[in-house]
Amino acid sequence: MASITLNQVSKVYPNGQVAVRDLTLEIAAGELLVLLGPSGSGKSTVLRLIAGLETLTAGHILIDGHDVTHVSPQRRDLAMVFQSYALYPHKSVRENMAFGLRVRHVDPARVDARVRATAATLGIEPLLDRKPAQLSGGQRQRVALGRAIVREPKAFLLDEPLSNLDPILRVGTRAELALLHRRLAATMVYVTHDQEEAMTLGTRVAVMRDGIVEQVAPALEVFRQPANVFVAGFVGSPAMNLWPCTCNRVGDGLRVVSPAFSSELKGIGVAGSDGRDIRVGVRPHDIDLVPKGEADGVGRVEIVEPLGPMTLIHLRVDGLQHEFVRVVVAGDTGIEVGDQASFRVRRDRLHLFDGKTGRLLIQSHV
Amino acid sequence: MKSRGWALVAGLLVAAIVFPLYWAVIASFTPESRLFASPTLVPRALVLDHYRALFGGRDFWTPIRNSLIVAGATTVVSVLLGAVCAYALARLRFRGKALALAFVLAVSMFPQISIVSPLYLLLRELHLLNTYTGLVLPYLTFAMPLAIWLLVGFFRQLPPELEEAGLMDGAGRLRTLWEIILPLSGPGLATTAILTFLYSWNEFLFALSFTLGPERYTVPVAITLFRGQYQVPWGQILAAAVVATAPVAAIVLVAQRRIIAGLTSGAVKG
Repeated sequence: MASITLNQVSKVYPNGQVAVRDLTLEIAAGELLVLLGPSGSGKSTVLRLIAGLETLTAGHILIDGHDVTHVSPQRRDLAMVFQSYALYPHKSVRENMAFGLRVRHVDPARVDARVRATAATLGIEPLLDRKPAQLSGGQRQRVALGRAIVREPKAFLLDEPLSNLDPILRVGTRAELALLHRRLAATMVYVTHDQEEAMTLGTRVAVMRDGIVEQVAPALEVFRQPANVFVAGFVGSPAMNLWPCTCNRVGDGLRVVSPAFSSELKGIGVAGSDGRDIRVGVRPHDIDLVPKGEADGVGRVEIVEPLGPMTLIHLRVDGLQHEFVRVVVAGDTGIEVGDQASFRVRRDRLHLFDGKTGRLLIQSHV
Repeated sequence: MKSRGWALVAGLLVAAIVFPLYWAVIASFTPESRLFASPTLVPRALVLDHYRALFGGRDFWTPIRNSLIVAGATTVVSVLLGAVCAYALARLRFRGKALALAFVLAVSMFPQISIVSPLYLLLRELHLLNTYTGLVLPYLTFAMPLAIWLLVGFFRQLPPELEEAGLMDGAGRLRTLWEIILPLSGPGLATTAILTFLYSWNEFLFALSFTLGPERYTVPVAITLFRGQYQVPWGQILAAAVVATAPVAAIVLVAQRRIIAGLTSGAVKG
């Protein structure tokens, strides 16, 4: 298995659209790196650049330390699983899987053995003589995976491989992919816009926006310590509450004043944060409903979204014009639209971001 | 009332298209003596005289063979070469692609009559007059642009992921074209082949100019030269026309579904 290095890679399309901007990324051998971002963030372009299907405008790509920037895709020895699967419709499953080996002049007996073995691990042996048109979506997805695995490539590139599956199948296949990654100990680059997939699969997650990597970190760290407002808002569901606030130094602490709540934080200080334009972020499950006396604020329940084990409620609070305060409560609270709810923000779970740059200034936990 | 009106119009149109064919077929079976007698829609007697004369007296087999060879070779060459050109133009990125396509189209727009003389001189220099090659090469001037334009359109609407999958699997461009694109292009290739064959089969001006004797005449040339100094053997000409039309009509009928799929594919995203 190989490591992949992207060194200051840029991709500008002929029409001037910048898809990837000065991106540097190290993918260790055996790692599963998830590229996570909204559509148009350039994550698929990064994958295609690694594959060699797009030519980069500037920078270098190295596989195992060898510069492959100008190497054609067929010589990079990487396997790709496409979102549309891209199975060859006129070839049987067996031929689909064998094609990459035949092209490389592998001995026919060995080709057959490897196809069988791979098909067995994926449970698609009975399908070997069918054509792709005769397969269900889940089966096609397996064949596409099989076609990649059977070749034993240096690394796997997966472009939203689960997005065409129905939700139940998606969760099942996700778990299998995790197992597969562990068994093969293979380097994988996995593109998705689904943060749940990213969190569950990724050794590390790279969050992208507008062709820039906003943060690369282990999945939980991206969730717990988002590097900036964008990552904070994009990762985590339901999304983090982000309110404008002002900060003032009070003794050795900080006084945070926002429309939703105000608080004094002891023992922490941010250099030069005095009176600055700040955004404060709190995850919905870090806000509790409490009796009126202990509350930071009171809001009117506008929307109740039961999610099963828990319920997401949206509170309308005076002073917050365009936003709700989102709070996650236990599923059996029995709260209803129109109720008045008093809430308290957990002081040890605050994220403070610079209002202008969006960068994380400090967080009150760790 | 309205629909009946349309049915009438449609019926008239169909009759206008079919009648000449019908008349030609009937006339080709009518004895020469009756051809100019008062015509009737339903023939009174059918005879094979003209066909016997065609294949017995005139050796019409030779022009048929010539036409088959020339049209067949033109079709094979233009589809094979055209597929490679069209794939490059449809998929590869290189400078001047649009210009190349426009140039290909421009070549096919020269009026044939304007290039007959230079081509004649050229073929004479190359000693290719009155040879099959001497016909196939000029035919490629109109067959290749046709093939390239049809196939470019067809290749463009194949999903690019399939080729990318081929590349990722380690196959080069040509191998991908051969093993993945061409097998999926059946309808497009069939359409191209049939249209090219039709044009080559019916071509007249080049064939008349570049063949010198009956041993190389193609069907259209041979039919034209039936006409003698004092008489025009209408019966035989019509019989020859029927014979020349039959194989083409047969091919088109057999391949009809594919042609229609090929001509309309790409019009709507499927």
